Amino acid sequence: MNNLKCETGIAGNRGTAVKSDCYVEISLTKSGGIEIDLHSKVEKLFGDSIRELINNMMEFYQIGNAKVYIEDFGALNFVIAARIEAAIKQIINDERPFLFEILKQNRYSTERNRFRITRLYLPGNNPSLMINAGIHKPNGIILDLEDAVAADKKYESKFLVRNALRQVDFYGAERMVRINQIPAGIDDLDFVIGNFVNLILIPKCESAAQVKAVNEKIFSIKIQNSLEENIWLMPIIESALGVLNAYEIASSCENVVAMAIGLEDYTNDLGTKRTQKANETFFARSMVVNACRAAGIQPIDSVFSDINDMDALASNAKTSKALGFDGMGCIHPRQINVIMDNFSPDNDDIRKAQQIVHAFIKAEENGLGVVSIGSKMIDAPIVKRAHNTINLAVRLGKIDADWLQNYNGNN
Amino acid sequence: MGKKYGKMIMNSVGRLVPEEVNGEKQIAFQGVGKYIPEGRKYSPYISSCVNFPADGNKLVGSLKEALIKSGLKDGMTISTHHHFRDGDLIANQIFDIAHELGIRNLRWFPSASFPCHSYLIKYLQDGTINRIEGSMNGALGKFASEGKMHGIGVLRSHGGRYQAIQDGEVQIDIAVIAAPSADAFGNANGVNGSAACGLLGFALGDSQYANKVIVVTDNLVPFPCIPWQIQGNYVDFTVKVDKVGEPEKIVSGTTTVTKSPDRLLIAELTSKFCEQTGIIYNGFSYQAGAGGTSLSIGIYFDEILKKNNWKARFIRAGSNQFPVKMLEEGRVDYILDGQTFDYEGIRSMRENPNHVDTSPFTSYNFHGKGNFASIIDVVILGATEVDLDFNANVVTHSDGYLMHGIGGWQNCLAGKTVILPIPLFRDRIPIIRERVTTLCGPGELIDVIVTERGIAVNPLRRDLIDKLKDSNLPIKTLAELKDEAERICGKPQAIEFEDEIIAIVKWVDGTVIDTIRKVKS
Repeated sequence: MNNLKCETGIAGNRGTAVKSDCYVEISLTKSGGIEIDLHSKVEKLFGDSIRELINNMMEFYQIGNAKVYIEDFGALNFVIAARIEAAIKQIINDERPFLFEILKQNRYSTERNRFRITRLYLPGNNPSLMINAGIHKPNGIILDLEDAVAADKKYESKFLVRNALRQVDFYGAERMVRINQIPAGIDDLDFVIGNFVNLILIPKCESAAQVKAVNEKIFSIKIQNSLEENIWLMPIIESALGVLNAYEIASSCENVVAMAIGLEDYTNDLGTKRTQKANETFFARSMVVNACRAAGIQPIDSVFSDINDMDALASNAKTSKALGFDGMGCIHPRQINVIMDNFSPDNDDIRKAQQIVHAFIKAEENGLGVVSIGSKMIDAPIVKRAHNTINLAVRLGKIDADWLQNYNGNN
Repeated sequence: MGKKYGKMIMNSVGRLVPEEVNGEKQIAFQGVGKYIPEGRKYSPYISSCVNFPADGNKLVGSLKEALIKSGLKDGMTISTHHHFRDGDLIANQIFDIAHELGIRNLRWFPSASFPCHSYLIKYLQDGTINRIEGSMNGALGKFASEGKMHGIGVLRSHGGRYQAIQDGEVQIDIAVIAAPSADAFGNANGVNGSAACGLLGFALGDSQYANKVIVVTDNLVPFPCIPWQIQGNYVDFTVKVDKVGEPEKIVSGTTTVTKSPDRLLIAELTSKFCEQTGIIYNGFSYQAGAGGTSLSIGIYFDEILKKNNWKARFIRAGSNQFPVKMLEEGRVDYILDGQTFDYEGIRSMRENPNHVDTSPFTSYNFHGKGNFASIIDVVILGATEVDLDFNANVVTHSDGYLMHGIGGWQNCLAGKTVILPIPLFRDRIPIIRERVTTLCGPGELIDVIVTERGIAVNPLRRDLIDKLKDSNLPIKTLAELKDEAERICGKPQAIEFEDEIIAIVKWVDGTVIDTIRKVKS
């Protein structure tokens, strides 16, 4: 921010449809202390705590005289604080963040190869969708600072996303943030890193240099703050140039663990539009899958935008899996189970894989170099795939981890 | 203003309740099934057919004329019914007429009130109406909560309303029954006519016990009006009006399945719970209301029936298109219907003999020789709050405001398993409290709380807990759920009330289970 400050700082949302959010206007005054004009639908139950929070923040930012107007629609403290901070920083020069504790259960890192079958997008300036996102058990949640945030809300959304990372329990989902397009997205990292974010999505990525720029910035923040948390990267390919540079991007940095494709922007770039048959995106999708496999990372497909058509989503997910993708984005919690079901192995797949893995273990026990079922020889890649299927089935709870102990060969 | 009520005494669930309100003696709640009155039921005056027109034509010129002929005067009890829900056009007219005639201090005894009745606030202010004994929602609830009603409100369940009529606790002077179809003799039904609403069960007791009964319709048919859900033999006067209700508001908006992923998750957890505990079986019965979550639960139940090739024996409803579809596709034998919520429900009731209209008497009346509610396998209900002992509130919000009626809620607690599927918090307000603001249902009758973050089973239901030993469902204690909600929302501050009481809540047996106080401004 530059040093020219506004007279009134404004942040947040209001209106009849607004939930779990608040709207604040703050202006400095010459005298009279902190005057709080609070209009809250939970006034009788949380009025005191809201006023206390505001007063604490004013003290923190050394503001002695101000008018604070606030319309509250049941916002949680982390939301109110994000709005107040965004408003204050429009009227005074103070770069210090007002931080809540990071929840104990939010202090986790994720594995490089964990499942990323479902990732739920959450608009970065909409707190009501964040609070319950984790209960739907997506593999990952994406707090989106990019396309889901209107241009005039970009600034305030960063405070909200930062506070959400610290204060919202996503119940074990991988905690991801989609930053803005590079170069603007580089500055977003100041708000995001240091809050146990697990993965950064880099939108509209077109070159390895962009990924490296993100990585360098992350590295410098980590050094500065002596952070040890692991932060993975997932570039998103959304243009023809991105598609042609897919391998370069996928293999740009050691901590790139997955690469996604965004088809809306890509088809725009091609000068065409998405159709049901999806012939127009076949090349790009295949390029991304191949680039990812070549680089040893996970290929992730685009989102499916009709949230009411679960049948079309299911068929889309099937196609996507058949093309070689490891997962899809979700824009609504109800899409999670449909995508999960269609990406996970069915009972027939699991039965066959169990047969092969069982035969492989028997062969090892007997010191045989060749795996066979009956008279049929099983090639090494097929054994590997069977192992993958079993691992997936175990992790999805479709079979027990100790299935082999009870395995009788024909279930 | 200051309302008159008697000494406050502690009832068996630890709530202070008055010994007298509105000049009438009250009995404090003594425990579930503990208070059993004796003696004879209340009986209306003898009527003789020779006093009525031999040609069966009881039509009078207007509602005003009918009210005058019924002897409308100060202090009377006037009853109306909520079959038209927010599309009711008659209740407001009654009090317009009373006001015009200079009548004062009426007791309004509706089976429920709706937002359209906030029109009556002016008559509550000017003393035309002394008090409402029935549900007070929205603006009426706010008005009452702020202590602005002259008398003290009395909240009763649908079954409790019938009980109060039967044992004489409430003696109705004039019952006005708005009917979608009627003949001049007074036979009436809800299945035909432009304001068709399905049935008129809530008016049945009023027709039998009130001193004077007026039937108002906009669809006058030649005798006989069949089916005669209300029998003309109980009716004093009939009135033809241009419009009895607004059809589009009669069929309420509560019949759309929720799109909220959080509520769908709660519905899914509820149905999985019922499946895993064996509550759903071939021939089971259930009651699910018309709210979005309840509707979704009904749909999940139906899927379980389909999957197993089972059918339900009966559904207690609040009917709408979903149970009707199950009935027509053969996955349920009967719908026992208390009120219809959409056109499909009305059509089915009209056409299908297995779609049966019920009244609070058959469904859940305390002074009956048994009631259906206790036969039902599983009942799905809502609540505004629950406390750590599973006691629940359904009438006030946590901020103390009276916002909902009891409906059939208390009566349905008699079901074999009672499940409350509710979000753990609404707009930052946690649902599980140390102590409910108003106690409407004793915890011993409430078996399961299903929230999006976990399911709590009442420790009294050892049987259910045993069945869940190997379950993958998120079973937690209410205390754990309460802590989780407060970690997210913060701990709400205590609400302060004035001493003055604004309403009492009756239990199904007519005793007083709790008191509602004036909110602090």
